[in-house]
Amino acid sequence: MNEAVLEKVRVLAESAKYDVSCASSGTSRAHRKGSVGSAAGWGICHSFAEDGRCISLLKIMLTNYCMYDCAYCINRRSNDIPRATLAVSELVELTMEFYRRNYIEGLFLSSGVVRNPDYTMERLVRIVKDLRRVHRFNGYIHLKSIPGASRELVREAGLYADRLSVNIEIPNEQSLKLLAPEKDFQSVFAPMRYIREGVLENEDDRRRFRYVPRFVPAGQSTQMIVGATADTDRDILCLASALYARPTMKRVYYSGFIPVNAYDSRLPALKQPPLVRENRLYQADWLMRFYDFKAEELVDDRFPDLDLEVDPKLAWALRHPECFPVDVNRADYEMLLRIPGVGVKSARMIAASRRYGRVGSMQLKKMGVVMKKAVYFIDCRELPVKTIQELRPERVRQLLLPKPKVKDDPRQLKFDF
Amino acid sequence: MNVYVYDGTFEGLLSAVFEAYERRVFPDVLQAEGEMLPLFYDQLVTVTTDSTRAERVWRALQKKLSRAALGIVLSVWQSELPEAPALLFRYIRKAVDASRSPELDFGDDDVLRAAQIARRVAAERERVIQFVRFRKAADGTYFALIEPKYNVLASAVSYFRDRFADQLWLIYDCRRRFGYYYDLQDVREVAFREEDALCFSGKAADGLLAADERLFQQLWQTYFRSISIRERANPRLHRKELPVRFWKYLTEKQGKQ
Ligand code: SF4
Repeated sequence: MNEAVLEKVRVLAESAKYDVSCASSGTSRAHRKGSVGSAAGWGICHSFAEDGRCISLLKIMLTNYCMYDCAYCINRRSNDIPRATLAVSELVELTMEFYRRNYIEGLFLSSGVVRNPDYTMERLVRIVKDLRRVHRFNGYIHLKSIPGASRELVREAGLYADRLSVNIEIPNEQSLKLLAPEKDFQSVFAPMRYIREGVLENEDDRRRFRYVPRFVPAGQSTQMIVGATADTDRDILCLASALYARPTMKRVYYSGFIPVNAYDSRLPALKQPPLVRENRLYQADWLMRFYDFKAEELVDDRFPDLDLEVDPKLAWALRHPECFPVDVNRADYEMLLRIPGVGVKSARMIAASRRYGRVGSMQLKKMGVVMKKAVYFIDCRELPVKTIQELRPERVRQLLLPKPKVKDDPRQLKFDF
Repeated sequence: MNVYVYDGTFEGLLSAVFEAYERRVFPDVLQAEGEMLPLFYDQLVTVTTDSTRAERVWRALQKKLSRAALGIVLSVWQSELPEAPALLFRYIRKAVDASRSPELDFGDDDVLRAAQIARRVAAERERVIQFVRFRKAADGTYFALIEPKYNVLASAVSYFRDRFADQLWLIYDCRRRFGYYYDLQDVREVAFREEDALCFSGKAADGLLAADERLFQQLWQTYFRSISIRERANPRLHRKELPVRFWKYLTEKQGKQ
């Protein structure tokens, strides 16, 4: 290990950073004698980059040489960027030493495609196997599977990795083929299926035999780029919801398109990554996973894209005035969750405390309910405010739109799409 | 007005509860020794800390409250907030008096406040787990300094013990001047004299560090800079997630930015 590695780390982290996932959750594993480390079960962010994103894993590529030419990717072969390849020993040492200093939860390893998918995948598998077998690394490992990798290699990777991911990137096969000529849906969905089958078989084995090691205990994840093609939020969310319906799919990530190759005429020219849209998609995703919303409730034929001005839950409430106002002292928990301004935490508190007595507006406020929003949607005699029934949705919307800030924040105002 | 003075320890607080029930006189003001007494008061009770009595109060609480609620009581104590002792006194009294545990009655100001403080304390413990940065000393010990807002280092020790079970480590709370040292067998509490503590702090002299420690610090700093996407720079979010008060000891925030 020497100073030359500094430059490699710089180049390979730069190349890896457009993959959004950095989660280290889903596996809980205590320390074992003779091994190094543990897995916490909940994701621990050890730092936050200057873009505000969580740094939980050492997210790095084995190499950023790539024989493919995906239009949206900084590492495509037609790009003139510095290239580097880490030696296996360097990668292992980086992981172990970073881990021992509490910098990271583990490793997130990916790679450009060299020679062919299986050749590349085999090298990745060898590294994670080494980490586990030779170096007894017991921390978290996320391995990004190479599109088009064979069933055998994916299954072997799953023996050592906590999580595997295969990125869809583009939610529609035609656009994918246009932008990434070497890829198709098959190259993405086949590895996803291998992972799923591996997990299901493994669960079966574990029921029948003791001491069967777990296969990707933290399941799989994927990522879609937002704003590189004309696909609507409806396309994206319906695909996401179909993916979540499959066992083992734990997270779908959305990545606002950053024009790393601005000169490519197949791509839109964006001044700024569509961060607001990306944020709305995450909010919608959250509603699907924790608030029991269906994709079709959030986006449909009439509204194929999420509202950029208000969050998807408020948007839903404004489209459904007939469901409001809600009586917080009576409504069931699912309905409490649908009140704009009420989160999971406050919904639980309301449900627990109303058994002791009536919950009033003062208490709601103290429990963390955003009253500014909630007032229009709850039935509360002490409040002089009119509800959505009297005011009509258009008026409530107006009242709740963010006021233009005095100090102008360029991040909020400059989105031109 | 009744004033209770106790010794400022958790046992002392529990002893005060016992005493109050024994006398059937409840404090309007609860103070630690050495704090200024109010100008006027009717009764002054000086509580003697008594571990048997404290134990009895705690056992009574264990019968009444769930484990989660007992955790809340301990967390509120760890917060070291000025309001904590009196809040806990009222909370415990409510638990003792009520026929069923008040712990979920968030309509009650004290119950809600205690839950909120406990949540903040838990978040601070989590931050210790996130932001401790070890440096490797020449003798192979990994050492770290930290100044958490609340007194949470003790409750984070189990995490470090499990994760770093095969390395020597030392974590020192510079604000409260005590820490924990793990010798591959046991964790024990340690405190240093000021002069000794100094040599750990700030920029430890190179001689004290392992030969490759600087290189790994640089590697981490390089990684930290490279992984950020400049088009998405968001200083406000950055500071919210990584509060400035931790920067002093964060390896990635040292060196040239
Ligand atoms: S295969 Fe992967 S690394 Fe290579 S150009 Fe496509 S997205 Fe980029």
